[in-house]
Amino acid sequence: MGTELLQLAIYGVVSGSILTLGAIGVSLIFGILRFAHFAHGDLMTLGAYFAFSMVVGLGFPVWASAPFAVAGAALAAMTIDQTVYRHLRRASPIILLISSFGIAIALRSVVQLIWGPHNQVYQSGIQLPWRIGDIVIKPDHVWIVLGAVVLVILLHLFLTRTKMGKAMRAMSDNMDLALVSGIPSERVILVTWAVGGGMAAVAGIFLGMDTRLHPVMGWSLLLPVFAAAILGGIGRPYGAIAGGMVIGLAMEMSTMVINPTYKPAVAFALMVLMLVVRPQGLFKGNP
Amino acid sequence: MELGGLATYGVFFLTQAGIYAVLALGLNVQYGLTGQINIGIAGFFAVGAYTSAILTTATSTAHLGGFDLPFLVGIAGAMATSAVVAVGIGWVTMRLRSDYLAIATIGIAEIIRIVFKNEDWLTNGVRGVPGIPRPFVETLGANPLVSLGVVTAFVLLAYWLVEQARRSPWGRVLRAIRENEDGVMAAGKNVARFRLQAFVFGSSLMGMAGGLYAHFIGFISPEAFMPLYGTFLVWVMLIAGGAGNNRGAVLGAFAIWMLWSATQFLTDALGAEYATQAGALRVLLIGVLLQVILIARPQGILPEHARRKGRG
Amino acid sequence: MTLLSIEGVTGGYGGADILHGVDLRVEPGEMVVIIGPNGAGKSTLMKAAFGLVKIREGAVLFERRDITPLRPDQIVRQGISYVPQEQNVFPSMTVEENLEMGAFIRNDDIRPQMDRIYNFFPRLAERRNQVAGSMSGGERQMLAMGRALMLDPKLLLLDEPTAGLSPIFIDQTFDRIRKINEAGIGILMVEQNAKQALAVCDRGYVLTMGRNRIDDTGPNLLANKDVAEMFLGG
Repeated sequence: MGTELLQLAIYGVVSGSILTLGAIGVSLIFGILRFAHFAHGDLMTLGAYFAFSMVVGLGFPVWASAPFAVAGAALAAMTIDQTVYRHLRRASPIILLISSFGIAIALRSVVQLIWGPHNQVYQSGIQLPWRIGDIVIKPDHVWIVLGAVVLVILLHLFLTRTKMGKAMRAMSDNMDLALVSGIPSERVILVTWAVGGGMAAVAGIFLGMDTRLHPVMGWSLLLPVFAAAILGGIGRPYGAIAGGMVIGLAMEMSTMVINPTYKPAVAFALMVLMLVVRPQGLFKGNP
Repeated sequence: MELGGLATYGVFFLTQAGIYAVLALGLNVQYGLTGQINIGIAGFFAVGAYTSAILTTATSTAHLGGFDLPFLVGIAGAMATSAVVAVGIGWVTMRLRSDYLAIATIGIAEIIRIVFKNEDWLTNGVRGVPGIPRPFVETLGANPLVSLGVVTAFVLLAYWLVEQARRSPWGRVLRAIRENEDGVMAAGKNVARFRLQAFVFGSSLMGMAGGLYAHFIGFISPEAFMPLYGTFLVWVMLIAGGAGNNRGAVLGAFAIWMLWSATQFLTDALGAEYATQAGALRVLLIGVLLQVILIARPQGILPEHARRKGRG
Repeated sequence: MTLLSIEGVTGGYGGADILHGVDLRVEPGEMVVIIGPNGAGKSTLMKAAFGLVKIREGAVLFERRDITPLRPDQIVRQGISYVPQEQNVFPSMTVEENLEMGAFIRNDDIRPQMDRIYNFFPRLAERRNQVAGSMSGGERQMLAMGRALMLDPKLLLLDEPTAGLSPIFIDQTFDRIRKINEAGIGILMVEQNAKQALAVCDRGYVLTMGRNRIDDTGPNLLANKDVAEMFLGG
């Protein structure tokens, strides 16, 4: 019982790490553009497949392909913003949400067109897990958690130490004041997409390492990602870290008592509970 | 294709377009009139389909029921069950912003899909529910034209219901909520209750469409729904036709379904070798079309209001 | 050379016009106050100077340059800073970060200017690492002005700087504004505390229904019987 609990907790931290990276992007984008970005899961998918091309096509190890995938997904996110969302800046957030729903579907189609509809893996064969007593840890799990920690620290430094990072926080805090202070909103928006898209790519790669690649992999994660962002107080990237961990742990732990296929229901239930009891999130969030 | 085949295809095409028209009308109540976003249309559609299937099929050991009840009871049950599900989800989300509702509907659709796939006792799981009787098959026979006639009748019924609702004082309150929620609240109306009513009404129409689909196809399984693409198509239909305008919703359903079916011919021409790529390409085209409409003509083909001339 | 010149401006926020051919000017180093009843268009007039209002007719000139078509972020670069009435700080950011954001468009060393502002508002220096959202209304008002001064503007626009403050803070705020003005920075402000505002300003404009009603020097307006009846409580 104790061992099983600990084992599930490890899985929970791993999926929590992946969810966190996705939820931070959703939260940043919401904070600055004020809409729920429904294509975020599919950005994750896209990033995972970019890395897949490097791994399979050029024989890169997964970690070495990550920077290219990050750059590719960031570029894709900025391109989508410039060709589509930019024209809808003055439209209501609802229109942007619907538009991003369409982008999600379109991105998935692109992935299917290029890489096909079947399951893929970065590396075939079984990784030798490490055993500590009865606990099993795959090396990949360690890399995922470490990678997420490093990225979160880098993001923290970016948001608190750089002028552009502070400008992102300023726009998220008070858009009108940022404008009258002369902060160039369009430039900040582009950087936001680059950061959000890049982190989504890493989340996608980690998801691919943890399970397998599939065109729907990102969309399937969208609900828990949003649940994590909402739990942390949407628009608050730091809250997303806690939200991601809570959702990840809850989803994995729940498999002790319910059928694992109902994991998404756990994320959903937690999200709904949070929306009813404390709509502003675990921490204070934007209303 | 010979002439008879073409006629058969035409009937098939119109019947399916009609089912989508009912879905688009349901979404119009939620989004067009009230401004609510439902990304879980396929979920309510599936609930309707399974409910009607279970109510009307012959007794089976493979799934719950069947109860061998008449077609119209099946449809009524489909609407009622979808409405109940909508009350449940709406109850907790009506006081929240529309984007939270949108996220919640993804969740509910996903959970519905998992339930139908995994709960064999209820739905026979992935093997699906076969032998769903065609509407009025005992009295009118299995002619596809009967199905088309029945679907047409339900499109007209749904249109009439939604149009009545839109013109009623109730519909005016919904639009007022969409435009200025605080103002309506200040006027002492219970905004959450009006929203919930609209959400439930729209969802029950989606359930109705699901029931019609089950009887038209005769066999349903969790895979048969293409859940997301179905939801997405309905959204494109409503946006293209003109959100808030019921004639626009119906027109959009037929226009987009025609476009969607036309691209099917396109992919058939490419051959089976490229079937999956062609399928993805079709979806991509519709996805791009949505963006073009949102940017270039967000009010759709038939706007909600006739354009006002020269604002003072 | 006249600093700011608003010439026959008609416009609003896209719906009906709020301003109907209003004129106003601020000379270099001058302090000018706009007073008037609620809904007269005082704040709107000030926003018009900052590119936040749709101007249908007329023009806004800054140092004789037409800035009517410019966006707020471009106007900031000309040397005008604006302090909104409400929500005029970044609440989740520290005092220091707020000041930094005020100087976003500067690429040189902002340290000296920041030190000057800390000298000018010692209270801000004490709280430089405090989060703005946790400060009192008066402190926030100081921070808002400090943020706007980071670009060392030629003209400072203040929208009701004393609204909602306690009497002590009102006095302090007026004192600070006068000091800013004495440093040579032109000031255009909207004020509800008409009596105090007219007492410290060089000139004032009385606006009603989006039109110029009276304009004169501060002392003359204070002595004006109509103005006294309208705003100064008899």
